[in-house]
Amino acid sequence: MIHLSDVRKAFNQGKANEFWALKGIDLSVPAGKVTVFRGPSGSGKTTLLTLVGCLARPTSGRVRLKDRDISGLPERFLTDIRRSTFGFVFQQFNLLKGISALENVMIPAYPLGHDRKDLSRRAHGLMESLDIGAKAQSMAEWLSGGEAQRVAIARALINDPEVVIADEPTANLDSERSRQFLGIVETLKASGKTVLMTSHDPLVCDTAVVDHVVTLHDGQLVDSGA
Amino acid sequence: MRLWLNKQRNLLDFSLSSLSRRRGKTLGMLAVYTSIVFLLASVMLFSHAIRREAATVLAKSPEVLVQRMVAGRHDLIPARHLDAIKGIRGVQSAEGRLWGYLFDPAAVANYTLMVPTNPRIEPGKVVIGDGVVRARSADPGDLMSFRAHDGSLVQFKVDHTISRDSALVSADLFLVAEEDFRRLFGIAPGLFTDLAVSVRNPREVIKIAEKIDAALPDTRIILRDEILRTYESVFDWREGMLLVLLAGSILAFAIFSWEKASGLSAEERREIGILKAVGWETGDVIRLKMLEGLVVSLSAFLVGYLLAYAHVFHFGAGLFEPVLKGWAVLYPKYKLTPFVDELQVATLFFFTVFPYTIATVVPIWRAAIVDPDTVMR
Ligand SMILES: Nc1ncnc2c1ncn2[C@@H]1O[C@H](COP(=O)(O)OP(=O)(O)O)[C@@H](O)[C@H]1O
Ligand SMILES: [Mg+2]
Repeated sequence: MIHLSDVRKAFNQGKANEFWALKGIDLSVPAGKVTVFRGPSGSGKTTLLTLVGCLARPTSGRVRLKDRDISGLPERFLTDIRRSTFGFVFQQFNLLKGISALENVMIPAYPLGHDRKDLSRRAHGLMESLDIGAKAQSMAEWLSGGEAQRVAIARALINDPEVVIADEPTANLDSERSRQFLGIVETLKASGKTVLMTSHDPLVCDTAVVDHVVTLHDGQLVDSGA
Repeated sequence: MRLWLNKQRNLLDFSLSSLSRRRGKTLGMLAVYTSIVFLLASVMLFSHAIRREAATVLAKSPEVLVQRMVAGRHDLIPARHLDAIKGIRGVQSAEGRLWGYLFDPAAVANYTLMVPTNPRIEPGKVVIGDGVVRARSADPGDLMSFRAHDGSLVQFKVDHTISRDSALVSADLFLVAEEDFRRLFGIAPGLFTDLAVSVRNPREVIKIAEKIDAALPDTRIILRDEILRTYESVFDWREGMLLVLLAGSILAFAIFSWEKASGLSAEERREIGILKAVGWETGDVIRLKMLEGLVVSLSAFLVGYLLAYAHVFHFGAGLFEPVLKGWAVLYPKYKLTPFVDELQVATLFFFTVFPYTIATVVPIWRAAIVDPDTVMR
């Protein structure tokens, strides 16, 4: 569903500290499968996720989403695609402090203009299914790591995206919570979602639910396939 | 349309919860902002109302005043001038007035003494203004005595006091009978302080003034319209002074609000990044911040204006009474007639709500065009 061809990404291009984080990536991410980007720290995993998820544009190369070239689209259209197609679970979870977990879950849907009651019901439902229904009214900053992540997952799912993207989802969790997370990934996959994550955790890469592991090193692919 | 409404509602709800999230900053801004609006609105409401008040009071005063000048100084005017004036065509009536100032050592205050003709005051009685009542804590029936020009004692019995509604001018009034006035100052019968002339056709005022001037070369003629202009300029001057003082605080406010509203904290920058990453458009983020700015500035405007209204019309503008009022030593204490000028409200609104909202949006704009991928770091 997502195809990258010869994608390169430079930071600080043209300056003294120019740095090529990705040096020519060719990659296909199949729909309805779980794909993991693996590699040492600094190898470009997160950068690759931002390109796939329309958070950033490649310096050169093409990114195609369902046969539509999105690498050259203006920001407005990217936002539209991002909102309807992708749900993000950030490494630091990035919940907004000072508001309830429930409101955090609802935020991505605000600009769509849904009825607030429906929206709240949907958010509650999602939180129930992720086993954090009891935390709906808690302030985001009081949640434990595992709870915060599940709130972040609920937020990623509120607009019912086709693709869920998670950056280092198990980096902040103990092994028990990590297994719980993989359980959630399994239900996501079962419901037809495409899941994309980065990880260098063998627990993640070797799980049955993972269909593809893509290994990165120094901004280049080392090996593709399962 | 429904979607659009829902969206605005959702954004407004979220902006309210954002504001309550930054409670300290929000309350601080609200407090400073409200007090600025309060001060500005107070000056505006007060000076406007007081000018109207003065105009109403002056409207009752004579259209033309004739004073006698001797060696360039205002002197008593003989009654025979009255006949000369009454002989001029277009003059409706003319009468001699007696007035002056009386220093009261007991209260260390000056009173404005006048002899009203309609209704007359009985000899030995006095009618006093509100300010005199307070200065001397005099009640009807009390006795007040003063030394006349020759050292003899003149005694007055307080008949009644003047109602408060036109206190701006009448606070220091001391109304006595003609006989008592002449006895106090030793003014012979047949002499007056000045002459009040009323004119049949208001458009002829200037022409008649010229005729009086020609017939009585030793006089000076004062037109009511001129007095009105003088008062206006006095108020303008005082108001101007206050506004200059206020300008300083407004400038400070502008800098403060720019600093507060425009200084995006790292936290806010991160939040904007998150909003954009989860699918908010730059426009949505700006709309959110604009709503936040509007909520703050609108509520500050409303609260500040209402407080100013209460301050000016219910609490007698206690804060600036000494500055804006006071050609009399005794400050009038009374309630101004409430009056709100739409243009004034609009001006104040424009100069407070508008800049603040802009100040909140400008830096957001800069932050909102930052790439959303920064939140992945
Ligand atoms: N905004 C940026 N400016 C400059 N260099 C960056 C920026 N973002 C990432 N990098 C560099 O790009 C490389 C790849 O980063 P990243 O994709 O985060 O790696 P990973 O997620 O695999 O640890 C790193 O060396 C990092 O320092
Ligand atoms: Mg990373």
